[in-house]
Amino acid sequence: MIVELGHFALVMALVVALFQASVPLWGALRQDDVLLRLAPRAAILQFILVAMAFSALTWAFLTSDFSVANVFQNSHSLKPLIYKWSGVWGNHEGSMLLWVLILALFGAAVAVSSGHLPEDMLGVTLAVQAMVAAAFIAFLVFASNPFLRILAAPFEGQGLNPVLQDPGLAIHPPLLYLGYVGFSIVFSFAAAALILGRVDAAFARMVRPWTLAAWIVLTLGIAMGSYWAYYELGWGGYWFWDPVENASLMPWLTGTALLHSAIVMEKREALKTWTILLAIVTFSLSLLGTFLVRSGVLTSVHAFAVDPERGLFILAILIAFIGGSLFLFAMRASAMDGGGLFAPISREGALVFNNLFLSVAALAVFIGTLYPLLLEALTGAKISVGAPFFNLTAVPLMIPLFIAIPIGQKLAWKRGNLAGAVQRIWWALALALTLTAGVNFMIGGGPVLALAAIALGLYLVFGALDELVDRASRGGASMVSARLRAIPRSVYAMVIAHAGAGIMVLGLAGTAFEQERIVAVKPGQTITLGGYLLTFKGISNQPGPNYLATAARFELRDGATLVAELVPAKRVYIGRQMPTSETARYRHGFSEVYLAIGEVQDDTSVDLRAYNKPFVLFIWLGPLIMGIGGMLSLSDRRLRVGAPRQAQRAKPQGAAA
Amino acid sequence: MRLRAICLALLVSLSAAAPAFAVRPGEQLPDATQEARARRISAELRCLVCQNQSIDDSDASLATDLRRLVRERIAAGDSDQSVLDFIVARYGEFVLLKPSFSTQTLILWGLPVVALLLGGMAAFRLFRRVRAGEEPSGDEAGKSVAGLSETEQQELAKLIAQKSLR
Repeated sequence: MIVELGHFALVMALVVALFQASVPLWGALRQDDVLLRLAPRAAILQFILVAMAFSALTWAFLTSDFSVANVFQNSHSLKPLIYKWSGVWGNHEGSMLLWVLILALFGAAVAVSSGHLPEDMLGVTLAVQAMVAAAFIAFLVFASNPFLRILAAPFEGQGLNPVLQDPGLAIHPPLLYLGYVGFSIVFSFAAAALILGRVDAAFARMVRPWTLAAWIVLTLGIAMGSYWAYYELGWGGYWFWDPVENASLMPWLTGTALLHSAIVMEKREALKTWTILLAIVTFSLSLLGTFLVRSGVLTSVHAFAVDPERGLFILAILIAFIGGSLFLFAMRASAMDGGGLFAPISREGALVFNNLFLSVAALAVFIGTLYPLLLEALTGAKISVGAPFFNLTAVPLMIPLFIAIPIGQKLAWKRGNLAGAVQRIWWALALALTLTAGVNFMIGGGPVLALAAIALGLYLVFGALDELVDRASRGGASMVSARLRAIPRSVYAMVIAHAGAGIMVLGLAGTAFEQERIVAVKPGQTITLGGYLLTFKGISNQPGPNYLATAARFELRDGATLVAELVPAKRVYIGRQMPTSETARYRHGFSEVYLAIGEVQDDTSVDLRAYNKPFVLFIWLGPLIMGIGGMLSLSDRRLRVGAPRQAQRAKPQGAAA
Repeated sequence: MRLRAICLALLVSLSAAAPAFAVRPGEQLPDATQEARARRISAELRCLVCQNQSIDDSDASLATDLRRLVRERIAAGDSDQSVLDFIVARYGEFVLLKPSFSTQTLILWGLPVVALLLGGMAAFRLFRRVRAGEEPSGDEAGKSVAGLSETEQQELAKLIAQKSLR
């Protein structure tokens, strides 16, 4: 019964979304406030209905109702409760429902929090948001219904993919979706601004908090997924340039560019056309990601052909929204004038530089991800594009960008002084190089590229902090704390976010110094690993709630002292005969010792992969710090919607984040 | 059904469905430099039956065979390039994770470079316009943000009226 109610609520949500997509537009056309005012109410109602549908599916999973096909295919009664719950979005239909839930959530959030917006702006924005929602709810109802019943209900489900049975899965997809579906609202704002012909600084102020919010969760979501892959997949890799990862990275890159170009638009009314285009492109890339992931086109072009209904449905949505919005953009682009002027060497110029490199990097990821698919579809030729391609294209593009960050921070708006800016941060570069030389001496020489990366990371951190040092030291020692307090929150946000990027670079540099041992160990055998001694004690079998585990016990010693007992394991899940690997890790500082086991031979010796990974945690700490910077910026009152006076009085320095 | 399960794992979260152990202890070459070369080459070769995994990362038996082959060639004294050529001759261009430059991959390799150049030129034109026009000065900044056009003034008046009516 509850399942049927969920199904019904979903259909009703479609009706409401269709209403919300059309009536406010009619209202805007006729300048009828009564019709426009219906939009926020419809948005809230739509969210409630989708939330009901989502709750119904959750209920079916929690109670292991195997008469629902989706639950039967993706759940098992022996599964721990948390995985029954996370299993809701661990499958195609459920994850699309989550997608729609988040879409509706953002619509409702705008409806509730943006009462001060002009009514037509709010109404049209919500109408565009509802068009996207209606398309995807229709996709659920007609092509991916999660509420379908099986006539003769089976006694037991088929179980969730074992790799996905991890706490990481419980939070990773929702976080990722919050991020890239969050850009939908930015897209809706952009479309509304184009429709109403009001692309101005007020628009930039309006979308900034939403862009920031989506960017923060996307940053954290990507980092979380990367960390999950690191500890779950068993060989310590953290980024694979997999199409699914690329699908989330592309909107992140353009979203980051958008975050920066919106500052220029807000402060100087320049780059309007470009900012609007970025808003459209960012969500288009989110849609593209959804298509890539959901249509099965990635597995192969043929898998797409076997079950074309879903793929074609999403492809149609994709073409309609991307094509429609770009058409709208083309119609209106010429009507947007240039805005404030600025010299090449200026804060604006630096942000243009930032946008250029981020966008080209996004394009490189885009072409690398889609090219094999397009080539095969058009010519039948099969090629592969993997990590080595992206390491040669997207990664080098980040280097000039990183070098420019601390300098850009120092440039004044409109017209800056490059020599002066470099002079003010020379200490950061000098200190970074000195420290790197020290590191090189301590470890007795390392690869040049890795050392350069360390220097770059340190330079980024010091260069970011320079902003605070500079401002605090302007008026004598007694003034320092008062001056630090006087610095606007948005400057702190910028410093923290940019330092986070530096910390991530340091973590990536650290991977060049990792030590790896791949050996078959016998009980009692001791191996050395980066200054530690690792002793294999033996194997034992351990049953889990819904799996059988083979666990290997190791003792890790630093000299004579025992620092940790590590127990990596292999699991075989009941229901699906797929083995998974449970790694064991020992953290020291920001570094980790990482163990994974493979085949067990002759019941005693075991294949071991052991690593010592210096500063590996920086790889995820960096994005976390970037996210914190974003949150700080979001909390800055000055940057919130509807505070134009305050934003105007702001010192030109207090901008970026 | 199994394919579907693998897809789902892939779709829902990150890549590589099954955790891989990849290089096994017995496979390694005794010479450390040769082994390092083998690892480097392996990272550039695709495990043909996997989703976007290199043979260095994959557990599949085909990947194991390819790893052995790479090491055999290295032990036989081949250079890195001739090892790659040897594998490509047998398994085709598809095996390379970094496609070689050819007419087929012209757009793939060319697009990022062309985009950077065109983007740079577009930015340059933006600045040229600045130079041709007035010099950016202090007053000009205030004008665009603070100054309201007549239509904007009317708009503002209308908004204020709307608010006070409610």
